[in-house]
Amino acid sequence: MTITATFFLIAGLGLIAWVFARARAGRFIQSGVASVHSLPSYHGWYAAMWAVVPAILFLLVWSTIAPALGSYQVLESPLAAGLPTDAFERAAILSEARALSHNPDLKVFNDAAVRLAPLYEAADSKYAMIGALAAFLLCFAGGAFAFTRIRPDFRARTQVERTVMFGLLLASLIAILATLGIVASLIFETIRFFGMVSPFEFLFGLDWNPSDKVVDGQATGFGAVPLFWGTVFIGAIIAMLVAIPLGLMSAVYLTQYASANVRKWMKPILEILAGVPTVVYGYFAALTVAPALRSFAVSIGITDASSESALAAGLVMGVMIIPFVSSMADDSIAAVPGSMRDGSLAMGATKSETIKQVLIPAALPGVVGGVLLAVSRAIGETMIVVMAAGLAANLTANPFASVTTVTTQIVQLLTGDTDFDSPMTLAAFALGLTLFVVTLLLNIVALQIVKRYREAYD
Amino acid sequence: MTATPPTASPSSRKTDWMGDAMQRRIARRYAAERRFKFLGLAAVAVSSLFLAFLLVVMVGNGAKGFVTTEATLTIDLPAATGSISPDQLTGPQLSATMASIDVRRIFDQAVQAQYGEDGARYFASTAWTALRDQLVENPNLVMGETSFWLPTSSDIDRAAKDRSTPEAERDYAALTKAGEVRQSFNMQFLTGSDGTDPARVGIWGALKGSLITMVVTLFLAFPVGVLAAVYLEEYAPKNRFTDLIEVSINNLAAVPSIIFGLLGLAVFLQFLSMPRSAALVGGLTLALMTMPVIVIAARNAIKAVPPSIREAAMGVGASPIQVVFHHVLPLAIPGIMTGTIIGMARALGETAPLLMIGMRAFTTTPPDGLTDPATVLPVQIFLWSDEVNRGFVEKTSAAIIVLLVFLLTMNAIAVYLRNRFETRW
Repeated sequence: MTITATFFLIAGLGLIAWVFARARAGRFIQSGVASVHSLPSYHGWYAAMWAVVPAILFLLVWSTIAPALGSYQVLESPLAAGLPTDAFERAAILSEARALSHNPDLKVFNDAAVRLAPLYEAADSKYAMIGALAAFLLCFAGGAFAFTRIRPDFRARTQVERTVMFGLLLASLIAILATLGIVASLIFETIRFFGMVSPFEFLFGLDWNPSDKVVDGQATGFGAVPLFWGTVFIGAIIAMLVAIPLGLMSAVYLTQYASANVRKWMKPILEILAGVPTVVYGYFAALTVAPALRSFAVSIGITDASSESALAAGLVMGVMIIPFVSSMADDSIAAVPGSMRDGSLAMGATKSETIKQVLIPAALPGVVGGVLLAVSRAIGETMIVVMAAGLAANLTANPFASVTTVTTQIVQLLTGDTDFDSPMTLAAFALGLTLFVVTLLLNIVALQIVKRYREAYD
Repeated sequence: MTATPPTASPSSRKTDWMGDAMQRRIARRYAAERRFKFLGLAAVAVSSLFLAFLLVVMVGNGAKGFVTTEATLTIDLPAATGSISPDQLTGPQLSATMASIDVRRIFDQAVQAQYGEDGARYFASTAWTALRDQLVENPNLVMGETSFWLPTSSDIDRAAKDRSTPEAERDYAALTKAGEVRQSFNMQFLTGSDGTDPARVGIWGALKGSLITMVVTLFLAFPVGVLAAVYLEEYAPKNRFTDLIEVSINNLAAVPSIIFGLLGLAVFLQFLSMPRSAALVGGLTLALMTMPVIVIAARNAIKAVPPSIREAAMGVGASPIQVVFHHVLPLAIPGIMTGTIIGMARALGETAPLLMIGMRAFTTTPPDGLTDPATVLPVQIFLWSDEVNRGFVEKTSAAIIVLLVFLLTMNAIAVYLRNRFETRW
């Protein structure tokens, strides 16, 4: 019996427990007992909870230990006697045998796997059966226990609500767990990486040419400065040169000049720019923008222009960021007190003078915060640079040359086989940690600026 | 009381508003005003023109991907197969029959008979699979001589739609003259899976992978996100621990998506040794990414429900849990749904984290379950964009059109929900 089927059966049994417990509790009210504490449906939920939760928890635990039990039984059998003693080889054969027992058409490399497959089938189905039976037993036991506790004065609602509260808390904890998981996995692999490459070389080295070669416990070619420069050049310079003027001016126009009708239509259209998947932007940059820029560069006399230029990736990324900058600027301008604007207009300033000399200076902290958030988003952006920026780690300020970024290299290093002992795989985690820390800092600083500025006008 | 007459200070001059200098100054200021306004309009126009340009390029390239060029091939099937009966092409005998009649050989012989020795250049290298599929679909065809429409080679396909090599242009002209070529809607593109031959690839495999992944994401991220939002907004005490949860959620919302891919690789694949390339792992990774979006949207929606609702419910004796689950949540549902759909749309278009966990499997059959090797639509687009074969350009753009249609539909539903059900209190 499969795990999925067991899950559904237990859910069904939970439903039955709910119906019976509710019906039994309902009789108290019909029989006219004066002080019934909880509504019948709460008794139902209480019974269903007892029937389902322990059984499901057991199944989850069982599904993690059952495969190991199955392997143990197979290894004990006489057929497994001839297996190689090397743990790694043996594990490969065993996993192949298990895959074969699920899918008989599979092609396998080890003949031993073919011999062991039937054993696996038997062992796995035996343990699946045992697990299912135990789960059903738990289900019945839990349901019966809850059923016996149904009495007019039993506080089923309190019990159910306590469980619900616990569930709510558990759901919130997942966010902490995810953050911890990110930080722990990045730091753990990065420490291993720094065992092979010195942090100093990684952070300040100028030569990025990663390879698997480890000489005297030290790997070379992991100087990440060209990557950091490429990331800053594309994400923080070129993209912002596009996004800040266009985003800011769009926000000013839409909030200060445009009629309500124009605003109603243009705002969603700009927001579509943010909703287009980045892989589409990347394809567009590589297919249309990059060749056009290259022929433009050649026509103005730059002969060594690359077809994967920093400019193409930066331009397209800037366009992607426009709605982000625009909405942040929009919020900041809206937060400036109306009295300041009215005062300026009353003094006879034109609209544009008011915007340039009153509104934008007053909103500047908010705008700066928004730009920092936009930068943090741009440097973490992956697909556009992977598809349009190229792989050559050049340390150049020529926008028509090819540069590479942190995210591009992470994708590059983890493509294909990922061997967690190779410095190349671990380097990706070190780059990831750098990216994580930088974006985190940018976000914290930006949110502080925005918050302090909001308080100034509140 | 004596009124003192206003005394003009000797230094102040009266402003001559009508004077030339002042008029010029005003004209200059108004010109600056117009320039500024024009700049703003230009910014909006440039942004929206870029969007229009992008869409036009994609639709222009992609529309061709939905059309296939086919050439006709007449095969005398009873002679070629040794008079098998239609029954042999149905049910359990199918695979045995297919092995014995060798469709590929029949195809090669028919092509040589009709188009000469090197006639194979007219057809896609996998055209024989199209022949096989047509036979399986309609076994009665084996009873007689039939003209099949089979996909042409990628070069001729491009000659029909655009420009191609001189030889292909010549071949296409010859085929057109003989009336042996036609263009038709490319059903295979919507029902097929990945492959090496652009004439026969389809997106159904990737789309199905996307759908399975999205289901996993929704089932994990939605309940967790809504429950966490309820806890933080309604019950969480003000203390350090709650602050920690809030900071974590806000951080997760700002972490670059590729970091989630690294998390998935290190935790789900390496530490928990889950299967590579599986929709299950992709869904888990995307759920972690989508959850904060849903939490933030749900918190805003819950916050928007006025306190009077809660007070009224408590006034008639509801418990704190009943207040939220019977009264506040139902009123917040439209806002929560809007946020969820937007978060799911973002997850649907996400590529980078899925590349990290190996969802770039080359699979020629759609995935059947949570643990099968799968790919998703954005990753398929990325993989096709890397192909050298020129025939993949239009397929990539066509896949982008399909993806954009899904995303725009989801966003439109979100906007509709917001406008239709959102209550202004």
